[in-house]
Amino acid sequence: MKRLWDPIPLRGRVVLVALLAALLIAPAVLDRYLISIFVLIFYFTLVGQAWNLMMGYAGQLSLGHALYAGLGGYVAALLWFYFGIGPWLGVIPAIAVAMAFGAAIGWLGFRFGIEGVYFALLTIAFAEFTRIAFDNMAFTGGAGGLFLLYEPKRAHEWWNLRGGPLLFYYLSLALACGATALTAWLARSRLGYQWVAIREDQRAAMALGIDVFRAKMIAVLISAAMTAVGGVMLAFYYNSLFPAQAFDISRSIEMILGPVVGGLGTVFGPIVGAFILTPLGEGLIAVTDKLGIGVPGVKAVFYGLTLMIIISLRPDGVWPWLKRLIGLEAA
Amino acid sequence: MSRPIRSRHLTRRAVTAGLGAGLAAGVAPFNIVRAQSSALKIAVILPRSGYLAQAGQSCYRGALVAPKVLADYGYKVELMHVDCESSADVARTQAERAINDGAQAVVGAFDSASTLSIAQVCEQRKIPLVVNIAAAPQLTEQGYQYLVRNFPTGGMLVTNGLKLINDVLAATKFDAKTAVFLHANDTFGTAQRHAMDAIFPHAGLPFKLLDEIAYDPKAQDLSVEVTKVRSLNPDLLLVVTRAADAIKLVRDMVRQRFEPKGIISPGSPGLYDEEFYQALGPLSDYPIYNIPWANPKSQMAQALEKVYAPANPKYRFAVECFNVGFTFEALLVAAAGFKTAGSANGPEMMKAIRATNIADHVMIGPPIKFDAKGQNVGIPSAAVQNRNRTPTVTLPADVATAEPVLPMPGWHQRT
Amino acid sequence: MTVAIVLNVLVQGVLTGLVYGLMALGLSVIFGIVRVVNFAHGEFAVVAMYATWLLFVTLGLDPLISLLPIAIVFFGIGYLLQATLVNRFVGRAEHEQFILLVGLGIIIVNGLLMIFGPDARPANLSYSFDSYMIGPVIVDKARVFAAAGALVVSAALVAFFRYTATGTAIRACADNLTGAAVVGLNVKRLYALTFGLGLACVGAAGALMVTIADASPALSQAFTLLAFVIVIIGGLGSMAGALIGGVLIGVSEALASFFLAPSMKSMFSFALLVLILVLRPQGLMGRRA
Repeated sequence: MKRLWDPIPLRGRVVLVALLAALLIAPAVLDRYLISIFVLIFYFTLVGQAWNLMMGYAGQLSLGHALYAGLGGYVAALLWFYFGIGPWLGVIPAIAVAMAFGAAIGWLGFRFGIEGVYFALLTIAFAEFTRIAFDNMAFTGGAGGLFLLYEPKRAHEWWNLRGGPLLFYYLSLALACGATALTAWLARSRLGYQWVAIREDQRAAMALGIDVFRAKMIAVLISAAMTAVGGVMLAFYYNSLFPAQAFDISRSIEMILGPVVGGLGTVFGPIVGAFILTPLGEGLIAVTDKLGIGVPGVKAVFYGLTLMIIISLRPDGVWPWLKRLIGLEAA
Repeated sequence: MSRPIRSRHLTRRAVTAGLGAGLAAGVAPFNIVRAQSSALKIAVILPRSGYLAQAGQSCYRGALVAPKVLADYGYKVELMHVDCESSADVARTQAERAINDGAQAVVGAFDSASTLSIAQVCEQRKIPLVVNIAAAPQLTEQGYQYLVRNFPTGGMLVTNGLKLINDVLAATKFDAKTAVFLHANDTFGTAQRHAMDAIFPHAGLPFKLLDEIAYDPKAQDLSVEVTKVRSLNPDLLLVVTRAADAIKLVRDMVRQRFEPKGIISPGSPGLYDEEFYQALGPLSDYPIYNIPWANPKSQMAQALEKVYAPANPKYRFAVECFNVGFTFEALLVAAAGFKTAGSANGPEMMKAIRATNIADHVMIGPPIKFDAKGQNVGIPSAAVQNRNRTPTVTLPADVATAEPVLPMPGWHQRT
Repeated sequence: MTVAIVLNVLVQGVLTGLVYGLMALGLSVIFGIVRVVNFAHGEFAVVAMYATWLLFVTLGLDPLISLLPIAIVFFGIGYLLQATLVNRFVGRAEHEQFILLVGLGIIIVNGLLMIFGPDARPANLSYSFDSYMIGPVIVDKARVFAAAGALVVSAALVAFFRYTATGTAIRACADNLTGAAVVGLNVKRLYALTFGLGLACVGAAGALMVTIADASPALSQAFTLLAFVIVIIGGLGSMAGALIGGVLIGVSEALASFFLAPSMKSMFSFALLVLILVLRPQGLMGRRA
């Protein structure tokens, strides 16, 4: 912990603690709508951090991260559905399965030198392949979907992830914080430096004696595991899973927007990105509604426009700029 | 790693604190809203953009004209229209927002994923959710107390649909020996397939089912699927389609000169969308689809049509009455529950909704009633056939406006 | 009987595949030369479909004719887009290009939804329902026309790259960017031309697609994905590769749906993609630097 804490300048520490404290007591003043938005923000922070590790640090472009979230969700939900095994336990096999898929993709990709856009397409191929497979598998409910019972008598069994918005607020907050702490720790670890070396120049990294294959594999495995945890949470949040939604490429794209907009390869980028994009979407709905121009599609047009503007003006993401702006440029 | 543990302690304490404050902050304004308003505020959540936009906007057109018709029948409603963008995430946050903004009941949401996502919110906030359209049977099997569905499950659709096929064959004296079942492999199509597998063997139909073929609803072209059916050469083609693929299907049958003697859907959309008629012209005539339909002889249906037609010059009520009718009826159920309960208090209204008994309504069938699980199990289907590019009720006889025709005339004998 | 049916399936696969191939050609040109990951590819194709539909219902223009004006307009759009917006992103990280074009794609799809509504727009051509009977094989007219159109457009493109000075210059940029700049080629202008050409291909493909499918905003994502798969399989920057990749996907999907389950047919495209990535990463016809 200390190693993570020390390099942060004083002003940063104050902001960080204040922010965390604010988020912890925020539900006291937030209404349910805002809480439901925060749940999404924290979820996208979690999976954004996961993707950030792989792309922002290790430089491996994945466009199929919905695969891990979907697998995680499905494994935990199936265990609960068939055997009554709760998600706190079910998350372990969920992580294992996601990591197995991650290992397969990583092995194929890194062993055969598939890079850049090619690697991205490999990840898309796996996600789409799995989507269609799940569409056709009977025991997962197929395309018809998997449904979890809503049992009023269990509505307070937080140990089975049954509960109201506050449970998911604090759970997702904890997961987002955990993911951020893990990212911060990894970024300053030996492994993190290896990743950055690989990202910047793979050949040079190899020449330095870094086991490139191993380092990249670890990145994929950690990333898959973190994303799977997010998937488990979401499955129990919504109580239903559909392959067409869980594994869809649009889901993967949603996950990567946050970290790119916030700032790749930074610890706080994915948080900033999630805090910009989710409220942006909801805010646009409210604003277009108020202005009386709430025709279907208009919100998305503004959303797309904002993406283009942000990436044109701040190609490195918002966080590095914001950091300078509020005087947090690390010493 | 001491931080996560500490924060979990914090979590539990904050939960209790937050809960109390949240209740105090959240509940009070609603009482005021409820006391002031004599009209029921209903949030109509529909996928008006995204991949379900076509159906979502069709339902939306029904919701738009509903308040006037409901007012004529003595129900006062005020609608809040919400677009859930075909996304479960948006459906959930927007349901929360709508309820915050004063919605006292929710109607939606065309597809099962979004509906379930809204159900989580309505259940926790004790707000009635009346499902307008969504066929996954599980929806009313999951134990939700604040959800009712005035729409048939996949199983009901198929049971009624197969029975009507028997009736159609009897009425037309058409002797079908073989059939192939072709369905889209999506949530709806799969529900139909499961029902088909369970029900067909006992339905006592006179023909043999040669094969069941699932196709990818995202597929760009269905020519090979049609070739596959053609190689089996069945008398009847049973289909479960969506709008875009129904067009491709017929187009490829014509091109490949495959002429089944009948195309019958045991209960699905696709064969009666405006785009189907526009794309296929005379070739769109004669398929039969056995689905719930607006009762041409119902007064309320006629009243709805009277308001709908001038408001939607580009669309025909006869084509849209499935989406429009069920969306209207969902609003009717909510409004009637409000009237009976005499209050917009969620639990009281829900009690009234569960005891719904509405004899005069839009769609064919007995009075709207819900079973203990909140499902209306009494929704029958009609055999509707395309005639002169217009859906025409052909069975059951008491609501029919024409006789069914089978076998269909060949593709090239049409005008 | 069975042989005839299988033959039928194969022919359908080849014809559909050629149109798929043309769809991918535009991407191959842009991706292969400018090195920009055009994730709004399918969206442009759908815009072309709407334009074709509009020309058909207002002026009665057949898609095979409106293909030309649409390709020309799309060339202009592509040229301007590259010169003003995309050029700043050339050479930048792929994910940045990705976000830019995903944003553009979102705007296009939802703009179309706002303008044309969600209902599919069919163009009822006189030959929409016609087919040729060649022995036991039934071939539908629209697909033959579309496939022929795809071949003609591809041939024109190949000829341009091989026999014109500009085409050669563009290829030089792809082969050796620094070298091209050193010998005094105006890379920025050439890139704009290339992007224009790529979009012209997309426009033509969209026009031809109208003979097979009905325009609707929902189609775009599937087009984009399909085009990427084909380009990778065929080989980046290879015109012939795109067509061959398209045909390969068309045929494998056709055979998979006929002999296995149609609902699983795109699984085989993705399996094929993984196989190619592993065994022959440069694609069937590609060269890798």
